[in-house]
Amino acid sequence: MQIPIETFRLTNGLHVTLSEDHTAPIVAVNLWYHVGSANERDGLTGFAHLFEHMLFQGSEHVGTNEHFETIQRAGGTLNGSTWLERTNYFETVPSNHLESILWLEADRMGFLLPGMTQQKLDLQRDVVKNERRWSMDNQPYGTWWEKLPALCYPPTHPFHHSLIGSMEDLSAASLEDVASFFRTYYTPDNAVLSIAGDFDPAQARAAIERYFGPIPRGPGKPPLRDMSLPPVLGKRLRETVHDDVALSRVFLAFRSPVFGSDEYYAASICAAILGMRRGCRLYRSLVREQQLAQDTSAFTYDLAKGADLFVIDATARPGVSSETLEGAIEAEVDRLRADGVTDEEVARAQALLESDFIRSMQSAGERADQLSRFATFFDEPRLVNEQLSRYRAINSADVDAFARARLGQDNRASLVYIPRVAADVEEPVTAGAEA
Amino acid sequence: MSARAAATATFPPRPRPGRPRPYAFPGFERRTLSSGMTLIVAPAHKLPIVSVIAIVDAGAVSDPVGREGLAALTAAMLSEGTAAMDGETLALRFERLGASVSANADWDVATAGLTVTRENLVPALALFADMVGSPSFPARELERLKAERMAELLQLRTEPRGLADELASRFIYAPESRYSRPEAGSPGSVAAVEGRDVGELYSSRYRAAGATLVVAGDVTVDDAAQLIETAFGTWGGRAPAPIHVIDAPTAAPRSVHIVAKADAPQSELRLGHVGIPRIHPDYFRVVVMNAVLGGLFSSRINLNLRERNAFTYGAHSEFDWRRGAGPFLVSTAVASDKTAAAAREILMEIDRIRTDLIDDDELTLATSYLSGVFPIRYETTAAIATAIANMVLYGLGDSYFGSYRSNIQSVTAADVLEAAQRHLDPARLRLTVVGDAPSIRTELEDLSIGPVIVYDTDGVVVADGTRAREA
Repeated sequence: MQIPIETFRLTNGLHVTLSEDHTAPIVAVNLWYHVGSANERDGLTGFAHLFEHMLFQGSEHVGTNEHFETIQRAGGTLNGSTWLERTNYFETVPSNHLESILWLEADRMGFLLPGMTQQKLDLQRDVVKNERRWSMDNQPYGTWWEKLPALCYPPTHPFHHSLIGSMEDLSAASLEDVASFFRTYYTPDNAVLSIAGDFDPAQARAAIERYFGPIPRGPGKPPLRDMSLPPVLGKRLRETVHDDVALSRVFLAFRSPVFGSDEYYAASICAAILGMRRGCRLYRSLVREQQLAQDTSAFTYDLAKGADLFVIDATARPGVSSETLEGAIEAEVDRLRADGVTDEEVARAQALLESDFIRSMQSAGERADQLSRFATFFDEPRLVNEQLSRYRAINSADVDAFARARLGQDNRASLVYIPRVAADVEEPVTAGAEA
Repeated sequence: MSARAAATATFPPRPRPGRPRPYAFPGFERRTLSSGMTLIVAPAHKLPIVSVIAIVDAGAVSDPVGREGLAALTAAMLSEGTAAMDGETLALRFERLGASVSANADWDVATAGLTVTRENLVPALALFADMVGSPSFPARELERLKAERMAELLQLRTEPRGLADELASRFIYAPESRYSRPEAGSPGSVAAVEGRDVGELYSSRYRAAGATLVVAGDVTVDDAAQLIETAFGTWGGRAPAPIHVIDAPTAAPRSVHIVAKADAPQSELRLGHVGIPRIHPDYFRVVVMNAVLGGLFSSRINLNLRERNAFTYGAHSEFDWRRGAGPFLVSTAVASDKTAAAAREILMEIDRIRTDLIDDDELTLATSYLSGVFPIRYETTAAIATAIANMVLYGLGDSYFGSYRSNIQSVTAADVLEAAQRHLDPARLRLTVVGDAPSIRTELEDLSIGPVIVYDTDGVVVADGTRAREA
């Protein structure tokens, strides 16, 4: 399966990728800015994400909340998201509204600051604080995606600190911080614009030149701190969290090859063999056979710089201790490392990943997002069309080599959630004695 | 700075939209197979992929009293083994084909779904037919699924969103309504389910003559019909009798229900009452009215609570569409010290939409959003198949998709006002809050909705509202 891809650059550095598909009169626009929480400076954690909120608050030519309203009025869907390495903004609209969307995106790339006010910043800061409470603090296990990178990356590494950030840092952020972040990172030469769906390429190109062309290049961004890390953690890492949860949950993480590398595809196949759907090893053993776990999965973070994370998680059945569960997970990992995987298991994983990929490519928004991803990280959107062959190129020896190199005792980090009530019963005295 | 200023001067004016290009929902054809099963095929050839959905009239409303959760367990048990192979083998065979498979029950129906590449459709369909038509219901796997559901219920006690949804239904509906109890059952009712209950529900309601099968994707109608006829050749049975759904509201006096979650940093709010059934002459008016009230990001409730007051990360309202009257609910999570203030704003917005005509701008925002987004909803074969299955389930008629946009666009501001007055009733609204009871109780008493009753996370009334904190 191949999708058509056309790619070019404006003189200001904006990287554009286009993929036509006229099945339905809809079109997706997707912008990746190559900035994420990894680019934040000390004392300004959470800033990339807070900034994502500010991009919906109006600009020189667009009023507060008008961005959302304009696109919804067009009959479109939209959102934005922030991750460790990038921030993206995306819309899918009826195709006759493409130019309006390009205009809106160009406007907020070129003319955000005149519309920025202290009042808007204060308001969105409070919205973000509520987002943190909602998605993390008042949600069982909600803090895992903050705690796991903190455990697995050294304190000086750009992936170590929290993406949503500390509430203290957010409170301290000033309007000048916002402006400076914008000038540094929200520039055409630090962005990829992708369009997928029903459009005329010549007209789209002309519109892109018209709206984005006059926006000047940025001053250049400060280099990221050194992202490189040894291939393994080097020692066993562990954090135990006594939380308001009903069942224990174990996250077992491994330092893993970066997204896009040959070894990454072997890691993905390995994750599917261990933890994808119900025919995977962990489900068959922990959920179906031994009935120690309520659910289980394995996945990668898909980070493209320095080192990725390979993660297994499982939730304990009532009455099963976190130690038992963790031991059972590690027994499966050790067995895989010792005995290797079969060709049949590799073929199963490839079939699942292939059909999932085709399924996802049905959506214009997903196509545009993938184009932006490969253009941002590798400067080559056409890599989208190579994904299936890269998965198919992996054989059992590749998976075994990955497992031997990366799933050993010297590369494991455990983040364990334990119900607070049970913990209180178990350890009431030691806490006082240590204090 | 000068570069920016120059760019500002030259930024072109906002473009006007071009002429909309025509869109038609994928064409579909209906056949009745020899077994009496209804087959609908919607060819869609964008990518080499096919989705299949089978629905039978065996949703949670068919649960016997005291065995709530039976329908959900029965549907889930389809994946746990057939006469020919055990559940693990079934999963492995599907997955070797790259197939993605599901089996579950909602309020109205049980649904089995399959999405697979065109090249693997034939063998995957044979497995799918085996799963739907000859399940073996092994006792060990039923006990495992029951234990997993029990564990889920235990988890729900610490999960404020799910807990708020579950208890809001209990406070909105009459106790004799199936809708007042959790869709997938409670600890007692799940424990009561036995193997023979599963077998009986299956044999009485999973029948070919009452089933609808939808195929959407890279196939022709004739090929699909032949494949389905072959794969499902042995499945039989007459259509089951329809279920009478009791959807009556609670008769209890109005009160505010606090579910105590000690030290919760946020309050989960649910404010609502019994809504209307999916088949209702006011359906389109209610959909537009709800979009303006709280259905869209740019709706009144979200703009008020999030963008004006920053009480929350998000707030929305929703009519849950079922064959019976599902709930109308406003949902949000707010900082604990904003709990009563948020409830007051929601009540004000409900009053306002019942009192004044909405602006033209608000009306056209809702109608142009709903009609514009229509094609975006049907990008995938699974979405097309699900939409057609719903059309059959609710008896919407084969012209439903063709007339959807004109039905939306014909709604007027007067229709919206009338729909709000008829289908939103402040006097019937029940408020459920999962939050830190001691700190929110007093301000909720001042709302004058009614007396405050405090519950623990098991839904048991707590005398003074402090037990959860002391425990």
